[in-house]
Amino acid sequence: MKFPYSEKVLEHFRHPRNVGKIENPDGKAVEGSPACGDMVAVYIKVDPETRRITDVKFESYGCASNIATGSIITELAKGKTIDEAKKVTWKQASEALGGLPPIKVHCSVLAVEGLRSAIQNYEERQGLVKDREPTTVEVVRKRLKKVINPVSGLNLVHTNLVKNIEVKDGIVRVVIDLPANHQFASAIKEEIADKIEHLWDVKKLEVEFTE
Amino acid sequence: MLDKLVYLDNAATTRLDERVLEAMKPYFFDVYAVATSEFGYSAGIEARETLDKVREILANALGASHEEFIFTSGSTESSNIALKGVALALGEKKGKHFIVSKIEDFPVLHSAKALERQGFRVTYLDVDSDGFVDLGQLGESITDETILVSIQHANQEIGTIQDIETIGRICREKGVLFHTDATHTFTRVPLDVRKVPVDLITVSANTIHGPSSIGGLYIRKGTPVAKWIDGGFQEFDLRAGIENIPGAVGFAKAVELVTLEENERLQAMRDHLIDRVLAEIPSTTLNGHRWKRIPQNANITFHLVEGESITLHLDMRGFAVSTGSACFSRSLEASHVIRGIGGDHERAHGSVRFTFGRYNTLQDVDAVVETVAEVVRELRNISPLGKDYEHEENYK
Repeated sequence: MKFPYSEKVLEHFRHPRNVGKIENPDGKAVEGSPACGDMVAVYIKVDPETRRITDVKFESYGCASNIATGSIITELAKGKTIDEAKKVTWKQASEALGGLPPIKVHCSVLAVEGLRSAIQNYEERQGLVKDREPTTVEVVRKRLKKVINPVSGLNLVHTNLVKNIEVKDGIVRVVIDLPANHQFASAIKEEIADKIEHLWDVKKLEVEFTE
Repeated sequence: MLDKLVYLDNAATTRLDERVLEAMKPYFFDVYAVATSEFGYSAGIEARETLDKVREILANALGASHEEFIFTSGSTESSNIALKGVALALGEKKGKHFIVSKIEDFPVLHSAKALERQGFRVTYLDVDSDGFVDLGQLGESITDETILVSIQHANQEIGTIQDIETIGRICREKGVLFHTDATHTFTRVPLDVRKVPVDLITVSANTIHGPSSIGGLYIRKGTPVAKWIDGGFQEFDLRAGIENIPGAVGFAKAVELVTLEENERLQAMRDHLIDRVLAEIPSTTLNGHRWKRIPQNANITFHLVEGESITLHLDMRGFAVSTGSACFSRSLEASHVIRGIGGDHERAHGSVRFTFGRYNTLQDVDAVVETVAEVVRELRNISPLGKDYEHEENYK
């Protein structure tokens, strides 16, 4: 039989490692949403002395590459310090899986983001983050780098689709260089809302399209 | 792992029937002349006579006469000829407006989009939650500029059969041409042009155990369709290119092999699968109408799981099915059909299409139901959307 994925991907897809929730986790995060397609949740336990990840679990609502990447990042993260684990990249995860099809970047990058966000969540809970960063144009731009343009599998900033960002009095206005009737316009809008709307000092988000 | 593949993707294409291959063979090795050589040598006459004979069989299957049926390379080409041929014939003379449904298959939908880029206007009709077009909206959308309405006989994904008799009547009353894509109904659901006022019909051989790359287009006598595949004078000077005689022979044989008993057998498999899945697997939704659907199609959304994961797990266990999930398509776009019937991305994401054919049995249906139940249970166990799912904002 022939499959569109490497043996390693199929192995992790069939028998995903470290699946499930951790009761009272030290850090947790959910990346993606049912609207955009795939979704992954990551839970971590961290040793307060050594700041090493002692346990990590994941859950996935997604395709084979999403499940396999979720599985492999738990293996890559376990035993690492949070600073080491933060540096695990999509490329490392992909290599550890024997390669992923380029079209599947979008589905698989979520798991890597999930691990980073879970660590960030841990740092915030532990007060390791000094103070809450005010939302600036740069913060918004950074968040938009997590929104994937489904056409290319690359993020909005990278593909020059972010035409303008304004932040004033808690109102964030983002202009996307796509027609409003573009096939992915509504999905992109939902994803932007997911990434920006919940920031602590954002009162309102306005997403506009150019046509 | 099973050593035999249970193929349940018969809407994509079907396995060739051996009897079709046997019928085709002589036209590869013995009678391989082109039909247009009939005035050159006797082999050409035999080719011409064969083509005439099988054209008659195809036309009869639609209640048409033989000069109203042309052979094409398949459904895609047939629908292209219908839409673009009418556009070329009437665009300047009558108007530049088309009406299609939102859930048409890509040959019609993308031909419409291509015509929009050429300055034509297209109305995309809404459908209800079962996939039926809004007949009121159809009537209101027809203007003096409208030249063609194209609405499928049945849907490629959810199997819903449109009321094309009423649609045809509305078009006839308003003096507008009507095309229907019958790729998934031809020989499976009755369609007779003496009863249904339809001007153009797309059909294909590969969905009924005939060969790939042969299809046809019914063109009611007098329908203005301009030729745009130029070359020789084949197919009543409507579509140039040497005749695919083995293909045409295979197509006719495939049509002759479909029986009423077979269609009833397919329908029994469909109903068995739908009844078992909805009763035995929690959080499932049938896509498309329960009864007004083609006999060979069942389409079900398994909520909280992703379709590509289901299809891959089924593949590894020996079953071939397809899904409307964005992850499955090269375009990464969720099914426009499921979204058209008002489903969100989540509903498209977990949708799986099972389509039956001649070589499936009720045992296959039982096997796939039991396997899919197991796969869905496993995938739900690892899904964060299960039980006590918390959303991101709750712990930000």
